[in-house]
Amino acid sequence: MLTAIGVMVLLAVVIGVALGWSAIRLKVEGNPLAEKIDAILPQTQCGQCGFPGCKPYAEAIAKGEADINQCPPGGEDGVKQLAELLGVEPKPLDGEHGVPKPKSVALIDEATCIGCTLCIQACPVDAIVGAAKQMHTIIADECTGCELCLPPCPVDCIAMVEIREDLPHWKWRYPQIQLKRVA
Amino acid sequence: MARELFRFKGGVHPPDHKSESNGRPIHPAPIPRQLVIPLRQHIGNPAKPVVSVGDTVRTGQLIAEADGTISAAVHASSSGTVVAIEPRTLPHASGLPDLCVVIDTDGRDEWVTRTPLDYRAMPAADLRMKLRDMGLAGLGGAVFPSAVKLDAGPAQVCPTLILNGGECEPWITCDDVLMRHHADDILQGVAIMRHLLGSTEVLVGIEDNKPEALAAMREAAARLDFAVEVVAVPSLYPGGGAKQMIETLTGKQVPSGKLSTDIGIQVFNVGTAHALARAVHHGEPMIERLVTVTGHVLRPQNFRVRIGTPMQALIDLAGDREGATGVLMGGPMMGVAMPNTQVPVIKATNCILVQSRELFPAPPAALPCIRCTRCADACPAELQPQELFRFAKAGDFGRAQEYHLFDCIECGCCTYVCPSHIPLVEYYRYAKSEIWAREREKRAADLARERHEFRQFRLEREKVEKAEKLAAKAAASRALAAQDQAKRAEQATGAPAAAQPAVPAADTGEVDAKKALIAAALARAQAKKAEAAPKNTQQLSPEQQQAIDEIEARRAKIRELARKPLESETENP
Repeated sequence: MLTAIGVMVLLAVVIGVALGWSAIRLKVEGNPLAEKIDAILPQTQCGQCGFPGCKPYAEAIAKGEADINQCPPGGEDGVKQLAELLGVEPKPLDGEHGVPKPKSVALIDEATCIGCTLCIQACPVDAIVGAAKQMHTIIADECTGCELCLPPCPVDCIAMVEIREDLPHWKWRYPQIQLKRVA
Repeated sequence: MARELFRFKGGVHPPDHKSESNGRPIHPAPIPRQLVIPLRQHIGNPAKPVVSVGDTVRTGQLIAEADGTISAAVHASSSGTVVAIEPRTLPHASGLPDLCVVIDTDGRDEWVTRTPLDYRAMPAADLRMKLRDMGLAGLGGAVFPSAVKLDAGPAQVCPTLILNGGECEPWITCDDVLMRHHADDILQGVAIMRHLLGSTEVLVGIEDNKPEALAAMREAAARLDFAVEVVAVPSLYPGGGAKQMIETLTGKQVPSGKLSTDIGIQVFNVGTAHALARAVHHGEPMIERLVTVTGHVLRPQNFRVRIGTPMQALIDLAGDREGATGVLMGGPMMGVAMPNTQVPVIKATNCILVQSRELFPAPPAALPCIRCTRCADACPAELQPQELFRFAKAGDFGRAQEYHLFDCIECGCCTYVCPSHIPLVEYYRYAKSEIWAREREKRAADLARERHEFRQFRLEREKVEKAEKLAAKAAASRALAAQDQAKRAEQATGAPAAAQPAVPAADTGEVDAKKALIAAALARAQAKKAEAAPKNTQQLSPEQQQAIDEIEARRAKIRELARKPLESETENP
């Protein structure tokens, strides 16, 4: 009887120490789930979800504070991937947060630009080059198409241009299914 | 002694249809009125144009230079005037436009000065750069810039050089007739390749359905001062694929995801060797190639064609016929449908195959896959096409990659044998481009994430820096004020500042310090204002002052007047 209790106590102490040690030494920095969610999000940093960027939204989803259908740039496909990761049912995009649009980049009409730098301050990915009273321009390769530069522009010289399919980005289509002719 | 040959797995025996076009001699196609020369003809970066609209160019003149290592230059195929540099429809499955240089030819075909190269006297790297600038690219179909392939890499030698004269695809005969008529030129090109790669063994693989070509090449090989083994390989589609040719001749397989040079073998098409010889010995850049025009035409044959010639011109030369249903670039197994027949011939155009309902009946409707695995038996890449099809159809691209989708050479054997007539290769092409697109998107997202995170970091850092700067400035001005006060106190009392009582003075000291700060700030503001004030209002002569006063009075009057009508309006509406 006493030996049994002794063994149990000893075990409890040993396991407790091991657990305590591993809790300190093997601690995972950050939230691994939020990182995984962040990897799925399109990184547009547009804030349409209601959070200031993709990472805060990912963290909110991980904490259960936000729904998975608030990201229009990610589209239905993104929602599906998030649902798969989190083991929940996919749902349609929440229209309140906007609708998916074709991928675009911003374009500054250089003749109209007055060089106010407001768009530069608004750009979440530093994709606008310019200085005060100098013409600004967009680095198209780095623009995520978030449209955050549109509202601050005092002269409305920024337009969103849809990215048209070109040769290096052309994709083979899904093969057409030929229907059997009945008549 | 006959060489021991190996048999790669799979393969099919489609009817070869070579005799239609290989009997006629090579016919030089006339230079068209207008040449449309695409700048994206090869794998890698498109060439950058170096001419502008209105320029007069000569045959063989550089019109676009190579951009980066994996790129090749583009040259004017004939003399004339550049009339446009604009996007035109390309001979590509997409039918999308891309940048082309359009030349109105003058018919004189005046060459630039052609300087032959002494390749033995040149350093290898210089020679490769020269070849890149002469637009050399593989003519076998993939159009990989040859200069890159002629670099043996860190090993400095590539023991085995294989010249691919397989031409296994049905209907196409351009390599066949090239070997029949230009065997010596081809082997001169091989000598240059051998020199650059340091190869000790040179093999020429030719399918045994081309006896004339085999004989011509053997005859030419016998005249050489180095050993070239011309080997007849069994006709089996796709035996002319680079990896299949390597296996047939050497028994070695190129490991998945590796290059043939990793196992010490490099493969070139016979056409590339011919073009290389023309470039080095005659100084001719790659401006023409042989093109088989066959299928539903009156006189199927091979033409020597300038790059940029519209396909319709060649179809007309070969005899256009009623009832054509479409045009393929390439053969029936791997060729791609052209958006129209006005698209130009490019370096990749080995064959223009005109289709008709009789020769190429529409495939029957696809039926469900019955998992008979005939495709797996036919697959020369030893893949499981039925599984790849399943994953591609379901959009499970990760699994498709696990099943080595990217080892698929899109030869079309699986589609050829499928009893359910499923266009399997189309599914693989779709899956491949979808995977590439996703990778591109992922890279873009990673870049955006990185830039966004750096921006957050930068904003935070700027905030901290600003706060620090402000604090430092405040501390400095406070110290200055304290010094001032101490001085004043010293003057007032005539005693050293240190002797002052500590506690009661602290309070008044602080208030004074604040006052001093404000006074200092005011003084600074005053000084700034004085600095900003116009200098020409000081030390004026009385006349000047009078003039100014007059102007000021006039201004005041105008202001008064400007206000008045408003008042009168409000009085008498």
